[in-house]
Amino acid sequence: MSDFPRWKYALVAVVLLIGIVYALPNLFPQQPAVQIQANRGGKVDSALEQRVEALFAKAGAPAGSLVLNGDRLLARFPNTDQQLKAYTAARDALGEDYVVALNLASTVPPWLRAIGANSMPLGLDLQGGVHFLMQVDNKAVMNQQMQRYTDDIRDALREKHIPYDEVVRLPEGVRIVLRAAADHDAALAAITANDPDLTLTTASDGVTVNASLKPEKLIAIEQSIVHQNLSTLRNRVNALGVAEPLIQQQGASRIVVELPGVQDTAEAKKILGATATLEYHAVDESVNPAEATQSGNVPPEDRLYKMRGGGSIVLKKKVIVSGDELVDASSGFDPQSGAPSVNIELNSAGAKKMLDYTTQNVGKRMAVVYIERIPETRMVDGKEVHTSRTSEEVINAATVNGVFGKRFTTTGLGLQEAKELALLLKSGSLAAPMDIVEERVIGPSLGQQNIVQGLRAVGLGLGLVLLAAAFYYKLFGLVADIALVFNLVLLVAVLSIFQATLTMPSIAGIVLTLGMAIDANVLICERIREELRGGSTPLASIRAGYQKAWATILDANVTHLIAAFGLMTFGSGSIRGFAITLAVGILTSMFTSVTVTHAITALLHGGRKLKTLSV
Amino acid sequence: MEIFNPHSNIHFLSLRRYSITVSALLMVFAIGLIAVRHINYGLDFTGGVLVEVSYAQSVDTNTVRQTLESAGFQHPLVQSFGGTRDFTIRLQPKPGDSNTDQTARLVMTALTAKDPGVTMKSTSFVGPQVGAELRNDGVVAVVFVIVLIMLYLGLRFEKRFAVAALITEVHDTVLTIGFFALTQREFDLTVLASLMAVVGYSINDKVVVFDRVRELFRNTRRAEPEEILNRAINSTLSRTIITSLFTGIAMAALYLFGGPVLHGFAITMIIGIIIGTLSSIFVSSPLLLWLGVSKKDLMPVTKENPELAQRP
Repeated sequence: MSDFPRWKYALVAVVLLIGIVYALPNLFPQQPAVQIQANRGGKVDSALEQRVEALFAKAGAPAGSLVLNGDRLLARFPNTDQQLKAYTAARDALGEDYVVALNLASTVPPWLRAIGANSMPLGLDLQGGVHFLMQVDNKAVMNQQMQRYTDDIRDALREKHIPYDEVVRLPEGVRIVLRAAADHDAALAAITANDPDLTLTTASDGVTVNASLKPEKLIAIEQSIVHQNLSTLRNRVNALGVAEPLIQQQGASRIVVELPGVQDTAEAKKILGATATLEYHAVDESVNPAEATQSGNVPPEDRLYKMRGGGSIVLKKKVIVSGDELVDASSGFDPQSGAPSVNIELNSAGAKKMLDYTTQNVGKRMAVVYIERIPETRMVDGKEVHTSRTSEEVINAATVNGVFGKRFTTTGLGLQEAKELALLLKSGSLAAPMDIVEERVIGPSLGQQNIVQGLRAVGLGLGLVLLAAAFYYKLFGLVADIALVFNLVLLVAVLSIFQATLTMPSIAGIVLTLGMAIDANVLICERIREELRGGSTPLASIRAGYQKAWATILDANVTHLIAAFGLMTFGSGSIRGFAITLAVGILTSMFTSVTVTHAITALLHGGRKLKTLSV
Repeated sequence: MEIFNPHSNIHFLSLRRYSITVSALLMVFAIGLIAVRHINYGLDFTGGVLVEVSYAQSVDTNTVRQTLESAGFQHPLVQSFGGTRDFTIRLQPKPGDSNTDQTARLVMTALTAKDPGVTMKSTSFVGPQVGAELRNDGVVAVVFVIVLIMLYLGLRFEKRFAVAALITEVHDTVLTIGFFALTQREFDLTVLASLMAVVGYSINDKVVVFDRVRELFRNTRRAEPEEILNRAINSTLSRTIITSLFTGIAMAALYLFGGPVLHGFAITMIIGIIIGTLSSIFVSSPLLLWLGVSKKDLMPVTKENPELAQRP
């Protein structure tokens, strides 16, 4: 049949082939595994591999395979029982130097993974775990900011010797009452020079000035807080030893944390609720850190610290500036050298201390210590004892190049390092309080049950629709059936390529798509029947059927797509999964129900003289 | 095989007084139900604590409730969940109670004390503010979708089609929600998703009929609106019902085999499909007629679609 061009056959063949390849990984079941990574001080090497192998054997859970891959060791197990045994054994024996995590290892062959074909990640409702929705306390943030500006304004006025009656913090800004109207312009200049982000308005009495934050600055602050908290949470979750955590921003001021495999919410909450801060210390160059590490001897006014990324350093105990005096940190480029840099801003009190210190210590090194306090609860003699574990490490030590106070930059870092340091500095100093507004725990058995039921629903839903279509439309029904199966394959392939998470709502979306995809074929078949009844020849009926049905199919699907997109704008994660599945399903079904069936029909009927059609 | 007589010419439009009256009454009834009985919102919308447990042996719902009440929980809502061994327990946290993770744990402690064979399957806590926000977002999303679809129909067809679709959409949505008020089934997030899918499905159905209306108007020389509308419904009738059956079959499979998590979703879809199918046949076209659709209104659009204009 000439009205189906050759390039379209090729297109159908290529798309189907790609679809099969990218959907294929989902057929390989994931394997229970234990993953071991180095924490501070630990080292992942073949020695560890042997040690772990012996450990597992002793625990009665020999690993199916043990692979050393870069900085992590992955042990696969035939079942979850063995996995859990091995996990407990490894966690108890390896201690704090390693992070031991439960994981699901992919069994997808390397050649598939090499072309980017991976199976869809499973949602929490299918594999069990905990889900938190956390909300940044914006009020507390505003309070913090306003407190800072109040202090700054006072200092600025004092520095310029401008007398004032009061500088008070209001919920939304700062009110300044000057002693004399004559000082007004000088006062405004002093404040603006110090804090350019403030909008100043003078009342009619000439001495009262109201300061408020510029709206764009407010938005920027909110965004940066969510950003900081995201990075802080990421760091902490890594410490928790969760294999594939999801930490994502949702809306303007919320963060979703999903921890697959975790069942103990209390433990997880403690880690998420940990507080962090930082301190600037002088480096004591007179002591050799390597010797000090060996001997354990350090001068009484010094302390030995571990460096992030290995090694150690000796610092003076005296704190120059601490994190609560830090106002802002951002990464950028040094205007002189063009090298990546971290720009730091201190409040007035911190600026004064920094100025005093740097005046006397140009050319010496100064270090940043990152301190994290993680609350812990342990059961001692049947009673809960609250303690906190503190982890301290030096994240950066740089030479003081000149005298500085309020604002200064740290260079000598890579671009990525500078970005990370800025985030770490901010997360340590400005950690905005977060409230948990939603929390879910899905038990592992429920996850398994959901998978089984979900798959059964997809299989039986598909099977029933296939039967009904073949029964009602005979040969054309069978053709539609082939297209429907391909629709499922394509849908899974597209979702896998985008690495969309498979959840129960998205399974519902798949079944719904399968039920509705057949609509296009119903439209086509009904049209063909109409044409036949109208007296057209079989081939002309097919041609007219496809042609006339197309406009309807297009209109119907566009309106349906609009509904799917409307759902997508809706924030909640599970609904989005459903909406994405639905939208992708509508698009793939338009291709399979129209183009693929047309290709098959053309192949079957093309070039033959037909008297009747089986429709 | 053909179930429907291809030459059927049922005069649906002559039933319009009855069909519209019945629809209007149903709408009033549904709105009344929603106002009086309210919707039984799920945890997603109300906030609170939900614990899903599984017993080793069959247990009576009352036993579970009594165990919890004697442990000091106020008004625990215990529902059995696909059998006599699985239950969901819902609790409203007391105001000012911040330790909601404790609530879930305390529930488990109380239950295991009575019967050690009970295991926790899942727990959820949703803050009240999240729930309220979700309800707002849901309404906004439904309105947003309906308005966008109207705009599209206004552009592709004509404004009367958009208005008819809007009224029928609202009708279908309200009736489906009314079903939830009537049965007091739980209305949770997946049901909301399903409701939006119903909007999509139902509009799909209307568009197919409208498309035929447009085609018939353009291809018929002396087009009497009532006759055209009736022919459009009749010639798409078999498709309307067959597609509904097919989608219904898939949703029935989801209901029967997809497990309790998706029951709400599947049942909403099934109800929505039935209402949507009926309104495609009995409601949307009479509305078009009353809005005064005519051949004249549809002709200018052909400029955008020269292919259709060339046809005899």
